[in-house]
Order: sequence, then structure tokens, then C-alpha cells
Amino acid sequence: MDYTLKIGGEAGQGIQTIGDALTKVFSRLGYHVFTNQDYESRIRGGHNFYQIRLSDREVRAPRRPLDILVAFDRASIVLHERELVEQGIIVYDSSLLKESFEGPQFLDIPFAKLATDTGAKRITANTVATGAILGMLGFPLEPLYDIIKGLLKRKDDETREQNRLAALAGYEYATKNCGRCAFTLNPSGAPKMLVGGSDAIGFGALAGDCRFYSAYPMTPSTGIMLFLSSRAKEYGLIVEQAEDEIAAINMALGASFAGVRSMTGTSGGGFALMVEGLSLAAITETPIVIALAQRPGPATGLPTRTEQADLFFALNAGHGEFPRVIFAPGDPEQAMSLTAKAFNLSQKYQIPVFVMTDQYLADTQWTLDSFSLDDLPMRDWRAAAEELDGLDEYRRHALTSTGVSPFGIPGKTRHVVVTDSDEHSEAGHIIEDAETRRKMVEKRLFLKMDNIRNEISPPLFLGSKEPETVLVSWGSTYGVVREAVELMAEYKMAMIHFSEVFPLPDLTAFDYVEVLKRAGRTICIENNATGQFARLLRDETGYSVTDMILRYDGRPFLVEELLEEISGRT
Amino acid sequence: MEGLEKYLGEIPAWCPGCGNFAILNAFKEALAAEAIEPHRFCIVSGIGQAGKFPHYVKCNTFNGLHGRALPVATGIKLANHGMLVVAVGGDGDMYGEGGNHLLHAMRRNIGVKLFVHDNQIYGLTKGQASPTSMEGMVTKNQPFGVLSEQLNPMAMAVALDCGFVARGYAGDHEHLKALIRSALNYDGFSLVDILQPCVSLNKVNTWEWYGKRVYHIGDDHDSRDRVKAFEKALEWGDRIPIGVIYRNDRPCFEKKIPVISGEPLVNTTGKWEDLKEKLSASLREFY
Repeated sequence: MDYTLKIGGEAGQGIQTIGDALTKVFSRLGYHVFTNQDYESRIRGGHNFYQIRLSDREVRAPRRPLDILVAFDRASIVLHERELVEQGIIVYDSSLLKESFEGPQFLDIPFAKLATDTGAKRITANTVATGAILGMLGFPLEPLYDIIKGLLKRKDDETREQNRLAALAGYEYATKNCGRCAFTLNPSGAPKMLVGGSDAIGFGALAGDCRFYSAYPMTPSTGIMLFLSSRAKEYGLIVEQAEDEIAAINMALGASFAGVRSMTGTSGGGFALMVEGLSLAAITETPIVIALAQRPGPATGLPTRTEQADLFFALNAGHGEFPRVIFAPGDPEQAMSLTAKAFNLSQKYQIPVFVMTDQYLADTQWTLDSFSLDDLPMRDWRAAAEELDGLDEYRRHALTSTGVSPFGIPGKTRHVVVTDSDEHSEAGHIIEDAETRRKMVEKRLFLKMDNIRNEISPPLFLGSKEPETVLVSWGSTYGVVREAVELMAEYKMAMIHFSEVFPLPDLTAFDYVEVLKRAGRTICIENNATGQFARLLRDETGYSVTDMILRYDGRPFLVEELLEEISGRT
Repeated sequence: MEGLEKYLGEIPAWCPGCGNFAILNAFKEALAAEAIEPHRFCIVSGIGQAGKFPHYVKCNTFNGLHGRALPVATGIKLANHGMLVVAVGGDGDMYGEGGNHLLHAMRRNIGVKLFVHDNQIYGLTKGQASPTSMEGMVTKNQPFGVLSEQLNPMAMAVALDCGFVARGYAGDHEHLKALIRSALNYDGFSLVDILQPCVSLNKVNTWEWYGKRVYHIGDDHDSRDRVKAFEKALEWGDRIPIGVIYRNDRPCFEKKIPVISGEPLVNTTGKWEDLKEKLSASLREFY
């Protein structure tokens, strides 16, 4: 059981509402779901789609073949009809499209009429469509009623009742009139969590005790800010929409200096403005977590599309030399735990830590059985007041064997806390002498980095234990690469996925370079034009992959496309 | 004045005779008069001769980037609203590089006290025009004279309904000290533009030049009348008013944030057991 539904239409027609409601029904019924979205940089019009993959086993990437195409505009049919499987169905309302289509694949359901017949407004056609799809698939309708109640909790009883009747009307119509509908529904498991990419980073931030988030809205990072804003009251968190990205990172650094775990988030263009602030974080040794949600550049690029082309930007951003850590989660579960880990490392070593995603991952939703809070690194690395007050003097940048100085908080000790963007003495005051400068560089860079390397987990190694082909990936390509490896099991294939990409994991726990060397063929799969991760791997380990599959048209890899690419190179 | 030893900082690297010394002394005396202990306040600065200011006062210090003192100060104030947060910068730092942040700090009315050392010239980079340089002033980098109109920070602040708007003069010690104390005691965002000569580089706006022109704003000025304040802010030339030009009672930004209506944010962090309970509840919302 592995079905794909695509809901297409113009922006503003409510395709997201339908998609979200259906997905929630499926995950509550205990099925595995994967959803992704494709949209244009506009609020109304254009062509957008929401794709849902539904299965009784784990699913981690979008597929091309469609079982059901829900068309709210003509473009949905023109662009996606050829993706339909042989027995697939295109469901639409001829009155909305002002056109009828002939052929056994078409199912014309009067969404608008069924909606207005209940006394509801025409927009309730969305609810009719949602009910109709559940009817086509043969699912029960009841879970949708709960979801409608939740979605419409601010509306009146009459509206909620109209929506319930609308869902029922669509459901009954589809059940009666869909001759082709014969979906096999395997038994499902327990209800599942449904987590989106942006929400996962937001949750990870909360789990890392993030209490200050300042940012300037920018696709595809805005979702993180919206998630945190919605939890601000509950968690006692300040979310401040800054006047620009320069202010955003500086505010976060101010809050962090004052003792509160802080974060900012943006995309490439906004991060370009933050770069001097990154350097400031480094020299003042102020912890900060930066969510960098990539989209295709240069400049404005494709604002609502996906790419993994800012790895080298994050790696090299900032004038001067200083340590940093870069995480690139492959799915929401990794995003939750790695964002929490980012906060821990950032405060422990007083360094900037990046969590990199992209539009694709930000806008996907995945199901999880559960998420454990037990392994979260809940530890405070700030220096306790009692510890500092006993000292004759406190020096914010004191030289230590680990390079990490006690992190004093202004106002929380009888001493003053002094830091500077100029090179400074241990006490934080401006210096000019060569000796102090040399020691400060070594403290910040070399001493810290040695310990930071030990914090980085090995990459994920899956598939054949003695592989002939190894697929190498980082960040958001994890899901699609994993599906490809599982589908090509007979070819002695394996994957190595890096979600902690800088510094690269050392080889003591798992010698991935040895695995790569032993394989005949190694293919790095990246959503960019130059193979940035492959280059990082070569720079850091001396190992060069034998091949690369790169996609840089602003779209994510689909399972079938990746399989074709890999097979084409065998 | 007694009680100033506790604010003793590093030895200043300013030119002898610089107007900054007078500002430094007035500032320390104002702190002593208000009995504010060094670890109870924080000075945030950027880059410029004024950017070095916090090193010369013993206090919590964040000497950040050029133009960026206000966002850092905003972050500190939001994280710990119990702390007095002061921002210091020059005319280039605050009115040039950091202009956008100044506009928005005024809009927010964040409880940060800003003191601008305004010498109408760039000191650290040696004598280029600043946003407040007078039109026509010739410098090495402006050989045809300054072509842009002089920025009027007071009029700009009144136009933006800034909470507390005042001008001081480095050469009028007692008056400046009183002004600093008023600004420190104001709840929201206060801007004090402090005129000072740059003895090395500004040959126009000298001690003598300012001395002949500045006058105290009298009791007859209603600083709560925004239109009158705007008129006062426009005065410049033969007579330059010093004192409180404008003030209002807009509530400060941090008091409007429900999340920190009680304790400062920093006091509520690192409570892991409590956090775990909240996270468990949030996890249930994902089902």
C-alpha cells in the first residue's frame, strides 16, 4: 500500500487546507505519511500543489506516479495528467473549471454545488473535496469531523455544522459515483505524530531552552518564527521581528550575552546581511544558533524553491578565522534533536552553530511513532554566580586549557562582564600586542575545535555492509536517497548520510572513508550545481567521490528520478 | 566628586583636550549621584572614538560593531529588563551606519538610554564628513564642501515621537550631568545628543564656536508639546538650544511584552524539569 495524492490549484484556493486536513486524518488513523509542497512567490493565482504520500510502511520522499489528482485549476490537469498511474483518477468540479473532461480517469464532483446546498459559502467546497477524497479511498469520515472542529474552533456552531454536512455530502457522492475507486487499505498502526520541517526546528529550539528569537521574515525560514511565536506565551519566549537581518543577529547576540539562549533564522540573502554579526559572535564568544533555510540564489533567486547551495557560504562566512559547527538534518526527527544539540554546543563552547535546511525540507511533513525527550542535552553551561563571586576578579575571556572561559552573566555576579569586537585581553579590553593576539586566536580556534570534534556523531550508514556502490548525501536528500537504496537492495548498495556536516565526524567511531574507498563506485547526491559536500569531503579527508548526481533546477529529487539517474550510470 | 573611584576604567586613548573627557566625567558623576553599582548596568557601544567609552567606565560592556549598538542593547534589555542598559556612539555610528536601528529603537521605545557624542565629524578615520557635518564644510574627502544637508537628529526624533529627546553640550558640565540623570531615569528610549568639539579634526565647530551659541532651554518651553518641541528642535545656527526638547509618556516596549511582565527573562531560563513537562504537552499536539 503506497498511494500518492496531488492537490493542485491556484494560490488562495485552499489546497493547503485540504492537504493538511487529509494528512492529519491519515496520521491519526495510524498510517505513514509524507507530504511536500510546490508553490510560487505569490499570494493569489499561479499554480501550486500539495502532494501526499500515504502508506502502511515508512515513507520518506515524494514519488512521481499519482493515484489521485485533485484539480482545482486547468493547469493541474495539463501539467500533471501524465503522472497518473494506469488506474489513477482525476477528480475535479466541472463548474469550477468551467470545462468538462472526457475519459475513464475523470471524476466530476460538484464540490461547489454540494457545498452551497448545505447553506454554506462556496469556499466550503474545500471541505466537500476533503470528504470526497476520503470517500474515494474508502477511509472512515469521523476523524475528519474532529479535525474540522479544531480548524474552525473560532467560528460559530452553524459554520462547523455546515462543514460537517459538506464533508458528508462529498464523501457520499464520491462513494456512490467513483467507479474506478478500488484502493486496498492495509491495517495501520497506532496514531502517529505528524511533524513539519520548520516546526521540527522550532520544537528543537524549545527543547534547547531557546528563549529569544529575532528574525526578519524570509521564505523558507519564516515557518520557524511562526511556530515559535505561537508558543511564545506557553514557553516564556520572546520572538522579535527585527527591522532587518543585521538587527536580528545583533539582538540575538545581545540577549545571549545577557544570559538567554538565543537564535535567529533566515535564508541566504538575509544571512548575507548577518555575516558581520557572525564574526562578532565569534570574537566576543557569544553563543548563537542560526537556522539557515536555503533557497536557490544568487540574490533573490527562486524564492519559493529548493537548493542546497549555501553550504560553502555558511562554512566560510565571516571575516577572520573562528570555529563553527554546521548541522544539516535530513528529516524532522533529526531536525528536532540536532537543533537542541546546536543550543547545547553553542553555549558549551560559546560559538555559532548552524542548522541548515532548505525549502524542500521546511515544507515537508513526516510521520513519527514518537519522540523521546530523554536524550536531550539539558545542561546549563553558564557560570553560577556563587562560583564567580568568590573570585577576586572575573575575566570573561580568561585563557584556559580548553579555550572555554567561564560564561559569566552581566548582573548575575558582583563582577562586571566585558567583551569587545576588537581583539581583547582576558578581561575583555582592547589590546594591540602580538602575544595576546596569538593566544586569543589559539584559544578561540585551536583549543576549542579539538574538543568540538569529539561532539560530532558519525554519519548514518545503511544498506549493504560490503557495498559496491555507496550513495553519499547530506541534509534534506536523506529521505530520497534512503528510498533509492532500499529499492535497489539487490545491487549491493549502501548510503552514508551526513547530518552533522562540519566539522566532519572523525573516523575513530566509524571509518566512513575506508567504506568509501572499498566501494567501486561512490556517488554524491546533492541539490546544487557544484557538489559542495563532495568538495568538503575531499578537502577534509582527501577522499574524492567517483561520481555525482546534482540537481539545480530548484526542485527536489523524486524517488523515480533518482533511481533512473543511478541506473543510468551503472 | 566622591564615589567615582568605583567606576575607574582603562586609561582613555583619546586626544588631549577631547570633548569626550568632559562627557565621561559627567557620566560617571551622574552614575554616582544615582548610586548605580558597576555590575548593575551595561554599556553597549559600536565603533568610533565614542565606541571606546565603556572601556573607560568600569561596567558590564558589550563593545560591538559599527552602527550596531542599539540592536545589541535591545537584546540585552529584553533578556534582562531589570538592568540599566546604556548605548553610546558617535554621530557616524548612530546617525550614519546605524540609522535604521535608531529609527526602530525610537518606534519601539525600548528602555535603552542613548548618548551620542556628536562632534560633527569622523574622528577615528581622521576627519571625513559625518551626517551632522554642516553643509559646505570642506574636508580632505569633501574637497567641494559637504553637499548633503546636515542631519537634524533632534527634529528627526521629535518627528518619530521618540520618548525622550535632549541635547547637551560637553562644555556645560553641571547641565550635562543633570541631563544624563534625567535620561537615565526615563522609562523608555531616550536620545541625548551631546555636542562636543573634535579638537584635532574639526576646525569649524570648536569650543569657542559652541560656547558662543548654546543656551539653556528655559522653563517657558513645554517639552510635552510636540509641535513646540519640533520648533525648538529646528533651532540651529547663531543660537543652539540645549536641554530637554521633548518627552512623552509612551509606555516602554518591554512593559508591553506579556512574557516578561513578571521576572526578567534571564531569571526564568534553565528550568529543565519544567521545560520537559511543556515539551511533553507540545509533543501531544503533533498527534
